Amino acid sequence: MAESHATAVHAEHDHKPHGWRRWVFATNHKDIGTMYLILSGVMFFIGGTAAMVIRAQLFKSGMKLVDPEVFNSLTTLHGLIMIFGAIMPAWVGLGNWMIPMQVGAPDMALPRLNNLSFWILPFAFTLLVGSFFVPGGSIAGGWYMYPPLLQQFGAAFPMTIFAIHLMGISSILGAINIIVTIMNLRAPGMSLLRMPLFVWTWLITAYLLIAVMPVLAGAVTMQLTDHYFGTSFFNAAGGGDPVLFLHLFWFFGHPEVYILILPAFGIVSEIIPTFARKPLFGYDAMVYATASIAFLSFIVWGHHMFTVGLPVAAQLFFMLSTMLIAVPTGVKVFNWVATMWRGSMSFEPPMLFAIAFVFLFSIGGFSGLMLALVPSDYQYHGTYFVVAHFHYVLVPGAVFAIFAGIYYWLPKWSGRMYDMRLAKWHFWLSAIFVNVLFFPMHFLGLAGMPRRVADYAPQFTDWNMVASIGGFVFGASQLLLPYIVWKCVRSGKPIEANSPWEGARGLEWELPSPAPYHSWQSPPGEAVLARADKH
Amino acid sequence: MKRARLGTLLGTLALALAGGPQPAWGKSGWDELNMPRGVTNVSTRIYALHMMAFWVCVAIAVVVFGVMIWSLIFHRKSRGAVPDVSLTHSTRVEIVWTAVPVLILIGMAAPAARLLVRINNNTDPQVNIRVTGFQWGWRYQYLGSNVSVISKLSESSTAASMMHSGISPTSVPHYLLSVDHPLVVPVGEKIRLLITSIDVIHSWWVPDLGVKRDAIPGFLNDASFTIAPGKTGTYRGQCTELCGRGHAYMPIVVHAVTPAAFEAWLKHQSALQSEAATHPPTTAATSG
Ligand code: HEM
Ligand SMILES: [Cu+2]
Ligand SMILES: [Cu+2]
Repeated sequence: MAESHATAVHAEHDHKPHGWRRWVFATNHKDIGTMYLILSGVMFFIGGTAAMVIRAQLFKSGMKLVDPEVFNSLTTLHGLIMIFGAIMPAWVGLGNWMIPMQVGAPDMALPRLNNLSFWILPFAFTLLVGSFFVPGGSIAGGWYMYPPLLQQFGAAFPMTIFAIHLMGISSILGAINIIVTIMNLRAPGMSLLRMPLFVWTWLITAYLLIAVMPVLAGAVTMQLTDHYFGTSFFNAAGGGDPVLFLHLFWFFGHPEVYILILPAFGIVSEIIPTFARKPLFGYDAMVYATASIAFLSFIVWGHHMFTVGLPVAAQLFFMLSTMLIAVPTGVKVFNWVATMWRGSMSFEPPMLFAIAFVFLFSIGGFSGLMLALVPSDYQYHGTYFVVAHFHYVLVPGAVFAIFAGIYYWLPKWSGRMYDMRLAKWHFWLSAIFVNVLFFPMHFLGLAGMPRRVADYAPQFTDWNMVASIGGFVFGASQLLLPYIVWKCVRSGKPIEANSPWEGARGLEWELPSPAPYHSWQSPPGEAVLARADKH
Repeated sequence: MKRARLGTLLGTLALALAGGPQPAWGKSGWDELNMPRGVTNVSTRIYALHMMAFWVCVAIAVVVFGVMIWSLIFHRKSRGAVPDVSLTHSTRVEIVWTAVPVLILIGMAAPAARLLVRINNNTDPQVNIRVTGFQWGWRYQYLGSNVSVISKLSESSTAASMMHSGISPTSVPHYLLSVDHPLVVPVGEKIRLLITSIDVIHSWWVPDLGVKRDAIPGFLNDASFTIAPGKTGTYRGQCTELCGRGHAYMPIVVHAVTPAAFEAWLKHQSALQSEAATHPPTTAATSG
């Protein structure tokens, strides 16, 4: 241990580039991880600003703050930015930081590729966000970009498609890097079934990315050729089929939602055992459940298309396969609860976010189950009920897990402790107002309010006001996070031990905090591995 | 008005907390938060399925969250709880919590599948209507007659919805949910809709009928429903697939009338429209 520390410190003085070169030519997993996380934070606030305008427009019936077409642009951009710009880069950033440390490697396996996959993204997001400012404004047909509507937009249409191509390339390169790192750079003695769950879930996520990003890229390219090169893939007048796009998109889209949530499962499975001071319940079952969720995610896409007019047999198949996903998902929730059971829990900020995750993600799972029943989905589809469902799984789901991960590992990264009191404020404000924001949307959808409307009938005003107020407070509370991180990095109290968390286990905690620049210069021995073992 | 709405809001909140419907509140209480039961054979069954799924979820939530909350209260370090580190797996428990959900899911899937097959039975309709979505409105053609109705947002709603209109939405009857020419259908008869679009994808939805189907260019989707006899009235819905700038402004209004009134209406429209076809009108007088 001491020796690897010493060599690391030595390396730090030797090879670390300085100034802007350190970032532009970055090949170090921590530097690249940091850049990913900062980019994600920036996009989170841009997407969040769009959401604030949306909630202001929907504050009451007849509001008319922005033109309906601008409103549609904002909902579209909000969705694309949050998914591709905020959540996905946050996972890659956390993966970059943690995977080498957690598997006992010095860095990612392909450092230059790592640099490329990051530096593609600022260009992609400049195109995407920039499309808002070109004549005609950004695309306004929703994040799923259905034809023929998408064909009606101007310069923003090719800009957005190129942005998606770039994001896709970046994701695929990142995924390749993660797979190679996990497969080849694990410390001797770390068998697959000894890997931490965050590593496991990221491994499976990486395969999902490689499998579905090309499908998305192909589908949007077909829209591009329909528009500019006279093909008719999706153009009914030319003998094409608009529904084909829906199939392609959702064949990507459903695995995509699991790309957004699987790493969250991993983080929560790391944090709960730490603060329950007890090994994860059912480690093997967790791994198998993740793998079966990933497999099933390829055969459920039709549940986004129940009102499209698929044959009854197909609707039945997609209903049953979708319901089946609830089984491994349930196993995960039960395992987390069983990990808390007869533990010795304390409630530091990472644990608070992880507990809120289990509660609120489950609520999203329940509405998912209801949505899976086709006849009921005929009523729910295209309404605020669906908006409530996916925001429950994505915000107190994926986003809370990202927060939990940041609060868990920030002392690891910086060697300093953040302001716990402020972090708890961040937690309570987020956890309360996320419900004020999204819970009423269930009522609105059931009462008949369609999603993506710029204005609505007066009877929907009450719950929209509640949701908007929840949204404003939730949005404002998020400003705490960058402040807490900034304050911690600048002037947090240095932590003395490797780990500030009494119950934390895992290879990352065997390194000093902050971790040396090249994480594991020499592989951890069996003794270290055994100490780090979580189960 | 304002005060009444606030009252309703507080009332419904209280109800939500109290945890159940109370007859005294009727339509303005719990019902406002929930899916409408609707007036067709289809919608009432969907409502029942929805409530069944809801209560199953509530039951599961009570058990799972109950265990978790118990744990959060009693198994905390500050109460001196000692972790039971040997509790890392239990094959028996794991089999149970895989098998029991499977059984619950089968219990939910069976009635859903039955209902699904039933809803999609579009045979033997008594009235056939072709529904065509366009940016932004609906066209209804009564097959077997020459009657065709173009249905768009009502004038009063259109005026109020303009930027800087200065018109309060509450002063407009059924703001954004009223049209110039509604769809007229008879109660008690099986009605089949053949749904398509001439431009982008729309979706035709009336919650009280339990019908939602996408209108897709190049496709002819069908859906059918029968409104319970005696349930004459006006039912309102909206487009539920984003279709451009006017998406929020293409509502659907259905007038359900007695079969006799429907026949009379159709005859009258038919005469009006064939007259209009032979003598182009100076003022538009298409339908009611
Ligand atoms: C128990 C597990 C789940 C089930 C059974 C389920 C089921 C469904 C169904 C049936 C829909 C389609 C609703 C409709 O449009 O009519 C849907 C939509 C959606 N779900 Fe889930 N879901 C589950 C978990 C998740 C998770 C974990 C995520 C992401 C983290 C997620 C994200 C979404 C999103 C983003 C949409 C909406 C996409 C859109 O229309 O824009 N779901 N879900
Ligand atoms: Cu899905
Ligand atoms: Cu529409």
